[in-house]
Amino acid sequence: MKIGAPKEVFEGEARVAMTPDSAQQLQKLGYDCVIEAGAGAAAGFSDAAYVAAGVEVVKTAAALWKAADIVAKVRPPSEAEAKRLTKGQTLISFFYPGQNEKLMELAKDKGANVIAMDMVPRISRAQKMDALSSMANIAGYRAVIEAGNNFGRFFTGQVTAAGKVPPAKVLVVGAGVAGLAAIGTSTSLGAITYAFDVRPEVAEQIESMGAEFVYLDFAEAAQDGAATGGYAAPSSPEFREAQLKKFRELAPDMDIVITTALIPGRPAPKLWTKDMVEMMKPGSVIVDLAAERGGNCDLTVPDEKIVTPNGVTVVGYTDFPSRMAAQASTLYSNNIRHMMTDLTPAKDGKVNHNMEDDVIRGATATYDGAITFPPPPPKIQAIAAAKPKEKPKELTVQEKRAQEVALFKKQTRSQVTLLVIGAALLLGVGLVAPASFMQHFIVFVLSVFVGFQVIWNVSHSLHTPLMAVTNAISSIIILGALMQIGSGSFIVIVLASLSIFMAGINIFGGFLVTRRMLAMFQKS
Amino acid sequence: MEFGFTTAAYVVAAVLFILSLGGLSGQESAKRAVWYGIVGMALAVLATLMGPGSGLWLLSVLLVAGGGVIGTYVAQRVKMTEMPQLVAAMHSLVGLAAVFVGYNAHLELGNVLSMGEDARHALEGFAAVLAHKTPVELSILRVELFLGVFIGAVTFTGSVIAFGKLAGKVTSKAEKLPGGHMLNASAAALSVICLIWYFNTGGFLPLFLMTLAALFIGYHLIMGIGGADMPVVVSMLNSYSGWAAAAIGFSLGNDLLIVTGALVGSSGAILSYIMCKAMNRSFVSVILGGFGNTAGPAMEIAGEQVAIDADGVAAALNDADSVIIIPGYGMAVAQAQQSVAELTRKLRAAGKQVRFAIHPVAGRLPGHMNVLLAEAKVPYDIVLEMDEINEDFPSTDVAIVIGSNDIVNPAAQEDPNSPIAGMPVLECWKAKQVFVSKRGQGTGYSGIENPLFYKENTRMFYGDAKASLDSLLPLIN
Repeated sequence: MKIGAPKEVFEGEARVAMTPDSAQQLQKLGYDCVIEAGAGAAAGFSDAAYVAAGVEVVKTAAALWKAADIVAKVRPPSEAEAKRLTKGQTLISFFYPGQNEKLMELAKDKGANVIAMDMVPRISRAQKMDALSSMANIAGYRAVIEAGNNFGRFFTGQVTAAGKVPPAKVLVVGAGVAGLAAIGTSTSLGAITYAFDVRPEVAEQIESMGAEFVYLDFAEAAQDGAATGGYAAPSSPEFREAQLKKFRELAPDMDIVITTALIPGRPAPKLWTKDMVEMMKPGSVIVDLAAERGGNCDLTVPDEKIVTPNGVTVVGYTDFPSRMAAQASTLYSNNIRHMMTDLTPAKDGKVNHNMEDDVIRGATATYDGAITFPPPPPKIQAIAAAKPKEKPKELTVQEKRAQEVALFKKQTRSQVTLLVIGAALLLGVGLVAPASFMQHFIVFVLSVFVGFQVIWNVSHSLHTPLMAVTNAISSIIILGALMQIGSGSFIVIVLASLSIFMAGINIFGGFLVTRRMLAMFQKS
Repeated sequence: MEFGFTTAAYVVAAVLFILSLGGLSGQESAKRAVWYGIVGMALAVLATLMGPGSGLWLLSVLLVAGGGVIGTYVAQRVKMTEMPQLVAAMHSLVGLAAVFVGYNAHLELGNVLSMGEDARHALEGFAAVLAHKTPVELSILRVELFLGVFIGAVTFTGSVIAFGKLAGKVTSKAEKLPGGHMLNASAAALSVICLIWYFNTGGFLPLFLMTLAALFIGYHLIMGIGGADMPVVVSMLNSYSGWAAAAIGFSLGNDLLIVTGALVGSSGAILSYIMCKAMNRSFVSVILGGFGNTAGPAMEIAGEQVAIDADGVAAALNDADSVIIIPGYGMAVAQAQQSVAELTRKLRAAGKQVRFAIHPVAGRLPGHMNVLLAEAKVPYDIVLEMDEINEDFPSTDVAIVIGSNDIVNPAAQEDPNSPIAGMPVLECWKAKQVFVSKRGQGTGYSGIENPLFYKENTRMFYGDAKASLDSLLPLIN
């Protein structure tokens, strides 16, 4: 079958759904690849590069839509494009079926199968085709770069001959994929980074990226990310108030604010209000990644960069991934390629649209002339429910001291008990046993004692040599045999001889193998 | 020679033995310490030959020399991967020797008691010692002798089975006869009855019956223990061989035997304790075999095992600054230690930090991995214990797991229902990337699923460990 990628028709869209690299991988699955002339130009992939990768280049979009059995796109199809769909043809692209009812009806009427890349369920197995995440990652990175572009100072603090430069302070609101990418970029540029999220369980992720989690002092049952498939859910008005109060505290100090807060299926929550913007220093930058859904900031104008009267730049671009078309195309085409791998289990170049498969079922919007959206909930939970974490309590000095004393007392008690029991046992034995036995017994007890003290100090790495050497030493039993061999009885002599012989093997074998092993241990 | 000289030699030998064990606290001092042990042993044997041994000394020397030739041959030829078998085999010799010496003591005792007053005075050597005993002492002697034979016999068959399991000659699965531990318990009960019988009569039959029972216990106990528990078993047998020597020492009235036996016994006991602690299991549960019951269903594992080829691993290694390698029994099975060492050399030559993380129960013998790596000329100062390195994983770029499974299983920490919950494990999943070199998709010895293989930062590098590493080596620059 043939996979084709047309040139994107959306104004300003630079990405492309197939790269020369991904085409090569698709060919390994048994597919023929075809691309519209100039489709990759804006992302830096020339037609020649496609030809070199074995991709057929066709002149017009019409020819491509006709030739391809599977069409891979980035943006949802325009109405004109959707009309070109034919029965049995498969379309893979971002589709947003929830908001594009009409488009979905059209595709259904045409009998095409639509796989919406934005509907890929969020389960571990499907991460490799999670295009939303790969695009969000790029957006997060680009947001920081865009902010830096509009920010007149360094990110990192420096002490130069000409004077001291304070580090920039960055606040990232919403620690989803985009937020975390922004945090990573910002910290690696050297800024002091703070991050906030309504889901307290992401605090650990935030801290692992090197940012500081902004804690809210608010006693509400924590949101369980597991219930919402890993996404945030709307919060109560009280919580929102507490959150805004915290932001107001932070606003005057922040140089750069990057907001990424989105709630699935709703307009973006307003988190950075007008008064906060007014509190910020001139020259500060706000990048609103939620601009497409109305923006987290009151002043955001989608697709535009504005400067407020007090000199704060508010960036409301909605096409961050497209601004990094080469990277975005590479990742997106890989996502598509992974989707095709799952659709082609036999690697024979034939699509096996398995509606039993959680991932494929979840992403399919129309199939076989019927609308299959919304999908049933996936059989596997998106992420494991977060276990409530108990924070170890900070102990006061007195408590610590009390603990130490208690521990000391406990140790003393157990030691004294052991000693008393041991002594009692010894005395008990002493009462019945004759003196000659007691002499040996004392030697025995002391040796065990010495043995314990000595062996605890043996290095773990030398345990094998220790076993070999104790093995050799335990052949000391040879002494018994040597003492007995002089006896008159024949059977005693035979048994003693055997014992001496075996112990002899052991002594030499044990010591020599120990020496051999120890000689191997070398310092670098 | 008079007796005082012998005693003096024994004291010196005992001190040398203690120093020899104490010297094992460090790699360099150990090289000296082993000589203390050799000198001590030589001194003890010579003093005995000259002193109380008497008689047939030429035969004795010949026998020792004959044994020595075999011992030397074995020591020089044995492969380091075969160390566990060798140690087990040597334990069995000590056990058998203890049984023989115990029997001899019994026979001598019979002889001496049947002699007349005059004949007793004429006795020499061990018999002379026996002749001067009071009735109470004789009773105690019987108990000591009985114990020595019992422990020796258990050690003997136990070690033979352990040897068979380690050498792959006996199935390494845990197998029990129908009746299970009841058989062991009844054999033990039989031994106790024999003890009382022997204590009162001093006859040969109870001693012999007990020996059979003990041989059975040794066989059946160790048959019921699986391959990965062998570190505990071998240390336990090590301990037993010591206690057997000590018990024989009591019956012969020889302090050096007692001292040495006690040293060896406590050494083995400590090793067993360390091993059990490293598995978070009680000694009894290991010896009685099998894992404890789980408290509930195992946690579900989401995700899939993602395979990777040598190119991918090489690319990650070339990019990494710090690497930690976690070897396990699989490395020994595949004889991959030389390839691992070569990889280490290449990576270190490229200026990367390479370290090894050794779990106490990795392999089939305490400290086995250290010896294998030392043999392959990996410097010991980059081979670290679990406690030393566990905190360094989060700052490590790449962790490579070679042939280990349970010791890197995160379920021990994350899943309270897991059979290995609470066992200390190497937290390799905290490294930025983990590669697992593994033969196939199966579970480890314990049959427990390992969530590590399903983690996002884990890639499975399937194939024989040695072949995989060899294909990797030319790709490292």
